[in-house]
Amino acid sequence: MTPRNRRNLKRAVLERLAAPVLAAVVLLAWQGAVSFLGISEFILPSPWAILKRIYSDFALLFAHTRVTMLEVVGGFGLAALAGVPFALAIFYSRLVEKAIYPLLVGLQTIPKVALAPLLVLYLGYGWAPKIFLAFLISFFPIVISTVVGLQSLDKSLVYLVRSMGASERQTFWKIRLPAALPSVFGGFKVGIALAVIGAVIGEYVAAERGLGYLQLQATSQFDTTLNFAAVVVISFVGVTLYFVLAAFEARFVFQRDHSR
Amino acid sequence: MSSHGVALRIEGVTKIYETREGDPLPALDPTDFEVAPGEFVAVVGPSGCGKSTLLSLVAALFPVSAGRILIDGEEVKRPHPKVGVVFQTDLLLYWRTVLDNLLLPAEIKGWERRKYAARAEALLEQVGLAGFGQKYPSELSGGMRQRVALARALIQEPGLLLMDEPFGALDALTREQMIMDLQAMWLEIRNTVIFITHDIAEAVFLADRVLVMSPRPGRIDLDLRIDLPRPRRWHIHAEPAFLEHTHRIRAEFERRGVLRER
Repeated sequence: MTPRNRRNLKRAVLERLAAPVLAAVVLLAWQGAVSFLGISEFILPSPWAILKRIYSDFALLFAHTRVTMLEVVGGFGLAALAGVPFALAIFYSRLVEKAIYPLLVGLQTIPKVALAPLLVLYLGYGWAPKIFLAFLISFFPIVISTVVGLQSLDKSLVYLVRSMGASERQTFWKIRLPAALPSVFGGFKVGIALAVIGAVIGEYVAAERGLGYLQLQATSQFDTTLNFAAVVVISFVGVTLYFVLAAFEARFVFQRDHSR
Repeated sequence: MSSHGVALRIEGVTKIYETREGDPLPALDPTDFEVAPGEFVAVVGPSGCGKSTLLSLVAALFPVSAGRILIDGEEVKRPHPKVGVVFQTDLLLYWRTVLDNLLLPAEIKGWERRKYAARAEALLEQVGLAGFGQKYPSELSGGMRQRVALARALIQEPGLLLMDEPFGALDALTREQMIMDLQAMWLEIRNTVIFITHDIAEAVFLADRVLVMSPRPGRIDLDLRIDLPRPRRWHIHAEPAFLEHTHRIRAEFERRGVLRER
């Protein structure tokens, strides 16, 4: 191994380790500060205490996680199922685009979470307002990314397949959709992260189950450790769903700069 | 590989685009010419003269504003199955392997893929890319990619091959090789070719006939027969007969003010 190769290897290892090491340092500092400064668990529980709590209350957390997870997946799934066809309508129909696109962008300026109390009023205390909020909040990025993905296609590619006698249907399946997929998945990834926010906010407003509800309960009982445990699990839900999408993307979507 | 060249006839074809403001923008003045089956015709002209427009009209990508385009006596209304196009850029689909890119026309035309896979392999070999079928376009150089684009057009066994400045984006050496390879391949196929370029020497080297177009709105100013024997070797570029043709075309451009001595 030449000195140059060795330097490169060292550098690569260092870069790979940078983030985990930094995270470990922060956690250790947190742990150390809590023990040495004698901060009460009610103010700031240590990472170790939170971890222990997740372990001891696993069944409770799991039951609420299931609820939140289903709300997120339901809301996001509806947004994806409705958003992509909606984007297609905007792309293919000039009238739909002229009528709806400005409206859509205008509605974007409403902070969707501000609608949560109203949704409770209209849809009650059950699943519906949470799923609907998760849907609303993830719908827009999915629509917009899909439209942008479809519109940014190189027009010459359309001429290419037309010169081969392709119908619009073939053009869509062979060219437009595959070329737009990276952008569509970009919208999905933004959407799933937002859907988690939507579901939890919905639970804050009115709920009898779910991680957001569990947090409210923990707050009222001054159980800060359980509160933190719920935060950790909510993050875990978001990250897990994000990686599920990323796995789908890696399987079905070909990135432009890909090379083997 | 055999494919019969088709006859092409352009009758008073014009193209008028519309600007954003709705004003008419003439791109092609009434144009008439005929191409015999198996003839290699190069069209040279300054940029924006409508030579690419002419090509897209023959490919039926846009409707003509007036006139008729006839392939083997039949008026062209929609993309003709016997026409293959090679564009300025390779337009390979980056999410498909080289082989799947080659088979795109077959898929679109609903031909049986299995039957054409063997032909695709043979074509790859012919364009010097044997064994590259499973590679992705991003792994190929610009010249290799344009070779794949050429093979993709040839898999359709086009009786008429339309080439729109296909080597314009390549470096000089790659381009020289491509020009020679194209000649060699065409001598085997002998189909009808319309080759658009702005390079006078490229046109004279490759073509049986060179059509010289005027600046926009384009019109054919000169129809020059190139009767140099084939196969043409590269050193023909220095021969008097070759230079006579290039000078003749250059003089036409000077007359039209496209080229000026200073």
